[in-house]
Amino acid sequence: MKNMKYLLAGILFGIVLVKAQVISWFRIQEMFQLTSFHMYGVIGTGVVVGIFSVQVIKRFGIKTFDGQPIAIPSKKFDKGQIYGGLIFGIGWAITGACPGPLFAQIGLGFTVVAVTLISAIAGTWVYGLLEKKLPH
Amino acid sequence: MSIIQFIQQPWHWAVGGVFIGLTVPLLLLLGNKTLGISSTLRQICAACFPADISFFKYDWKAQAWNLFFVGGILIGGILAGCFLEGNAPVEVAAATQQRLQVYHITDFSQLLPIEIFNWNNLFTMKGLIFFVIGGFLVGFGTRYAGGCTSGHSIMGLSNLQWPSLVATICFMAGGFFSANVIVPWIFKLLNA
Repeated sequence: MKNMKYLLAGILFGIVLVKAQVISWFRIQEMFQLTSFHMYGVIGTGVVVGIFSVQVIKRFGIKTFDGQPIAIPSKKFDKGQIYGGLIFGIGWAITGACPGPLFAQIGLGFTVVAVTLISAIAGTWVYGLLEKKLPH
Repeated sequence: MSIIQFIQQPWHWAVGGVFIGLTVPLLLLLGNKTLGISSTLRQICAACFPADISFFKYDWKAQAWNLFFVGGILIGGILAGCFLEGNAPVEVAAATQQRLQVYHITDFSQLLPIEIFNWNNLFTMKGLIFFVIGGFLVGFGTRYAGGCTSGHSIMGLSNLQWPSLVATICFMAGGFFSANVIVPWIFKLLNA
């Protein structure tokens, strides 16, 4: 199965999310109450390592393990990044989780978060329904 | 100390950050994949409830790798909980502890406050707000924004995309407002 490598990458990523405590509701409250550096440290370090890695890949023309050239699609701006971003931010502080952590929280044993995940899927569905009517 | 014992210790933020950052090149090298987790929620909609909505009529199977990735995150959560002391007490900052105690959140022995995240709250006002409404805002907002913390704040910023910077600033602005105005208001309502 060609997708098994992504399952393994996901397992590693899930362990990291838990051990770095970024899936903790408490850490999210601290971040937005400006009482701890922890989340800023994790995200800041992640971004620096990510920027460095992408620059190395681009400068040296590094290819994928099976020899394909690496191409990263650009993000296009629309107003959704503002309105949607604000809406997500409000939800983030309430649930203490963005989409990735929802899966890790459920795995860790907070099974009631499955309800939050189902509700997030419902939110995505309603966005799909209203997409054309919303300002972008 | 064995390697397992080493991993079981609480991690410094820099260690967590380095591994999260390295996920970006890992997925690129594995097969030109860009990190972005909220897209899987759209895929689930497209696979299970497309309802003739144009937004869900796309080749979601082409992105099947991402469903394996989030399945892995779930398994990673299980493994971290069972073998790596994942659900350890959080050393919550004293100022935040004080504020939360006012809201009757006093148990800091797990990663999430058990006073909120347990099944007994499901059919209560608490459950409605923290699970149903909160989850809805996360799903609606991330899709409207075209990405979440992973897709914009990690992947987008790593690739120096300015729309991702706009999105990240708005995530943070919404979060600041929510944690300092809406969440205190929610607890006031719940504890009234």
